[in-house]
Amino acid sequence: MKISVTVNGVDEELEITPNALLADVIRDQLYLSGTHIGCDTSQCGACTVHLNGMAVKACTVLAAQVDGQAVTTIEGIGSPADLHPMQAAFKEHHALQCGFCTPGMIMRGIDLVNNSEVLDEAAIREGLEGNICRCTGYHNIVKAMFNAALEMAPGKTTEQEVV
Amino acid sequence: MSAEQILIWGGGIMYEFKYHKASSLDEAQSLKTNTADGIYLAGGQTLIPTFKQRLAAPSDVIDLAGIEELRGISTSGSVLSIGAMTLHAEVAASTEVRDSIPALAVLAGLIGDAQVRNRGTIGGSVANSDPAADYPAAVVTLNSSVITTQRTIVGTEFFQGLFETALTEGELITRLEFTVPDRCAYAKFPNPASRYAVVGVMIAEYSGKIQVGVTGAAGCAFRALALEDALNSDASSAAIDAVHIDVENFNSDMHASAEYRAQLVRVMAKRALAAL
Ligand SMILES: Cc1cc2nc3c(=O)[nH]c(=O)nc-3n(C[C@H](O)[C@H](O)[C@H](O)COP(=O)(O)OP(=O)(O)OC[C@H]3O[C@@H](n4cnc5c(N)ncnc54)[C@H](O)[C@@H]3O)c2cc1C
Ligand code: FES
Ligand code: FES
Repeated sequence: MKISVTVNGVDEELEITPNALLADVIRDQLYLSGTHIGCDTSQCGACTVHLNGMAVKACTVLAAQVDGQAVTTIEGIGSPADLHPMQAAFKEHHALQCGFCTPGMIMRGIDLVNNSEVLDEAAIREGLEGNICRCTGYHNIVKAMFNAALEMAPGKTTEQEVV
Repeated sequence: MSAEQILIWGGGIMYEFKYHKASSLDEAQSLKTNTADGIYLAGGQTLIPTFKQRLAAPSDVIDLAGIEELRGISTSGSVLSIGAMTLHAEVAASTEVRDSIPALAVLAGLIGDAQVRNRGTIGGSVANSDPAADYPAAVVTLNSSVITTQRTIVGTEFFQGLFETALTEGELITRLEFTVPDRCAYAKFPNPASRYAVVGVMIAEYSGKIQVGVTGAAGCAFRALALEDALNSDASSAAIDAVHIDVENFNSDMHASAEYRAQLVRVMAKRALAAL
């Protein structure tokens, strides 16, 4: 079957099988390998992308379901020369080790800042329920997200800094 | 699909099926009738993991996402109505829900994680009757009705067992109706990995009468009548401690034994009572 989908601002016409997962189409058909697949139980969040501006697990969406909609992947938010504030904060605060969870963390982080009412340390930790990191112990991820939020949406963050 | 395509797309891990996007309830139902083994798809947050594990092999997948009348939240008098395709995230954030039954917004916000709440729907959750799902606790407690394409089913009669409901073949949930209580609270002990309820307890009060619904403990959600009796004569923590919880139909698995679940029912009931 055919779908039209806007990926990172580019309109794509794709021939897919009805049972293809969005994550597989992104990686293997569009060659956007920044979206990772870390589990087969829909729990790790490494595959997180934005669907119409909201974080979803691309391994738990059929490509057929996104016909006519807009997908943003990690490749669509910044470039090495012009990092997104969330990417810059991850770099600044050493929020990654092996980097496998990072694309999903960053996509969720941006969604968390954009779609939350308040952002303090507790809200960020709770907001990471759907993203698993095996390396960092989360602390620097929380710190990076808090600092990115200060820049992206200063009105939403509390005075209480993550140390 | 050729072997090459399987290699390229990875889509070969699931059984093959045809995909349809229904644009009306009539179209969805006729697709269901006219396909060999069709299945409705809502948010896919239960179904797609099931496909990936090859635990389901439908001939056709009938997507309900294009049916406008299945969406939306409204209140009329003392009834809060939520369309079947309304997302968990929408219920959690809705001012209508927060103003009428705040505990229901809290419950929706405790489901899984943000990504799951951005796809999963109330209709899909209720239709699925997972023993560890959260919404069923609200359906049995909040004097609710499950409105389907065929009829209105009383909330306390909807869940019939493990993944079993009163729905008949092809019958679609169109919306859920909850009666706004005077007070209500939900307490959940989540599985630390999946966030599903090991046990969840909802307590609501209607004109001085307390109702208690339990999820996670048995094959499906149920009303805890012994707890209700105790709380209706003495609404205290001590009254909960004195209740004998019958574990005969309780689940016992690697997450928790039946006895541990019985203890969690008491503890969650106390927490819900304290938050009432
Ligand atoms: C990582 C993870 C964590 C989760 N944690 C929780 C949790 O903590 N608590 C919780 O309650 N749930 C949890 N869930 C499940 C989640 O809430 C699902 O969204 C929900 O159970 C199913 O809703 P859905 O819209 O995704 O339905 P689908 O997966 O699309 O469908 C589920 C079933 O319902 C049927 N169906 C769907 N809509 C209708 C309808 N309108 N009428 C009739 N039949 C219908 C489908 O045919 C299918 O059999 C979790 C899921 C995941 C992946
Ligand atoms: S790969 Fe999607 S949640 Fe793990
Ligand atoms: S940095 Fe290695 S999994 Fe998160």
